[in-house]
Amino acid sequence: MDNVIRRRTPAARCWRLALHAVLILAALFYLLPLAVMLITSVKPLDEITAGTLLALPQSPTLAPWAKAWGEACTGMRCEGVGGYFFNSIAIVVPAVLISTVVGALNGYALTKWRFKGSELVFALMLFGCFIPFQVVLLPMAQTLGWLGLSSSRAGLILVHVVFGIAFTTLFFRNFYVAVPTELVSAAKLDGAGFFRIFWRILLPVSAPIIVVSVIWQFTQIWNDFLFGVAFSAHDTQPVTVALNNLVNTSTGVREYNVDMAAAMIAALPTLVVYVLAGKYFVRGLTAGSVKG
Amino acid sequence: MTHSTSVARPARAAARRSSAGHLQAWLPRLVLAPSVAVSLFFVYGFMLWTFILSLTNSRMLPSYDLVGFAQYARLMTNDRWWVASTNLVVFGALFVGICLVVGALLAILLDQRIRQEGALRTLYLYPMALSFIVTGVVWKWLLNPGLGIQAMVRSWGFEGFTFDWLVNPDMAVYTLVIAAVWQASGFVMALFLAGLRGIDDSIIKAAQLDGASLPRIYWRVVLPCLRPVVFSAVMILSHIAIKSFDLVVALTGGGPGYASDLPATFMYAHAFTRAQIGLGSASAMLMLGGVLAILIPYLYSELRSRQHG
Repeated sequence: MDNVIRRRTPAARCWRLALHAVLILAALFYLLPLAVMLITSVKPLDEITAGTLLALPQSPTLAPWAKAWGEACTGMRCEGVGGYFFNSIAIVVPAVLISTVVGALNGYALTKWRFKGSELVFALMLFGCFIPFQVVLLPMAQTLGWLGLSSSRAGLILVHVVFGIAFTTLFFRNFYVAVPTELVSAAKLDGAGFFRIFWRILLPVSAPIIVVSVIWQFTQIWNDFLFGVAFSAHDTQPVTVALNNLVNTSTGVREYNVDMAAAMIAALPTLVVYVLAGKYFVRGLTAGSVKG
Repeated sequence: MTHSTSVARPARAAARRSSAGHLQAWLPRLVLAPSVAVSLFFVYGFMLWTFILSLTNSRMLPSYDLVGFAQYARLMTNDRWWVASTNLVVFGALFVGICLVVGALLAILLDQRIRQEGALRTLYLYPMALSFIVTGVVWKWLLNPGLGIQAMVRSWGFEGFTFDWLVNPDMAVYTLVIAAVWQASGFVMALFLAGLRGIDDSIIKAAQLDGASLPRIYWRVVLPCLRPVVFSAVMILSHIAIKSFDLVVALTGGGPGYASDLPATFMYAHAFTRAQIGLGSASAMLMLGGVLAILIPYLYSELRSRQHG
């Protein structure tokens, strides 16, 4: 490969040119939908029906965003997706925090306080990462009913915590396995207890894996649709469900610009997280899916 | 451990620890207990529960009158289930295959010391951060024949251009492939790139000294080294394919008719909207079977490769 790059023969230049062309074309393919979504969301409706996808807006307007946020109809109600956006936040924040804390303690107990059968416990919990959630939907609906949590935000938080801890435990377990055990053993000899060792020794080095876990859980729960649609009512729906309802509500003229603005609103939080912390996002994806 | 400390330290400390020590010894197990209980109940218990439901004639509400495997038999003669299963095979094979090819190709090209590699990588990967609902909504707009890509290409002067897969029952399932590949191929690229970076340069140098051409080196030397990456990618992607639900709901709604149904949407429709809980449960169990059919060989080979070093 080195000679290809260093020797500036015409053939090598051609090859580099083709290489860049392919890479840029690929970048356009990935960018196009986002660009179209953004352009469409600031176009007035008449420009959309008269023009084409990529035509830039002649008189850009934020009205579709305002309508998507506060007025557009999602099913029977016409209050926009704003309220549902806050529903998502109210579900995501506690669920992410709880599942991350539980995952951290589990991972710590499984690696630094091994006991007979701790590997089995880990394997048992890990299976939760793999099941298709369709297989738990019906019993979950009934159980939430028994707990009095049907169609409530608390119910959705519970569901996300329950099915999230398999992933967070995996993250922390694989991270803590690599933390040297000598320090922990020394602290145990000095009489330090379970939580003290966690607080003083493990937690200070955990920043990267906490970020990975929080980002992973945030993206998973924010983007969830299956649990949201199965276990929520009109006033507790997450934003993904509201977006789908908005797009499929057929009253009057299809307002594509409002649809796209609502899609942008639903997409922005995870996009922002990705832009700010892409490195950790990728790490979570690979750790979460390759199952270390 | 407790032994050595009790010798080394005054009796006072040892006495304090004997009561607290018991608690300390049990604390890790106590901390894990709720998660284990939750996983036993919500994962294993629910799987069993769904299995039992699949053996009943439950319709609108769960009932527990066992009818054996009648629901599975109904499933086998249900046309919509066959459409959904066939779609999953077509969708899954194309989605996994195309993602692998595109991902591997982009990773190899990006690995040629491209100056803007970081920026390009970010662009290739961002769709993975989006919800499948957002992806579905956007692609529905792009593929809409009246105002989307078809209309745009026609406006460029290609009047006869047709790209109406979204509303064509024979082609709708391929729109799912397009959108899903758009979303996940960048992720496969990231997996391959990480794998490529882990390969020892000297192997490639040696092959170059032997006079092998670049494509040949990649095909014969590099790709075989990446077999574990291919393996995990296949496993993750097929997992995504089997679970695909939101994308179908947002992009095609399973339509036209039920032409682009997948098992996940079939299950949801029957269990939650068509009052066929028994049938829905049976389809969920078959989905679980599908996941296990992929998972078990994967785990088996993982364990074997670890044992052999």
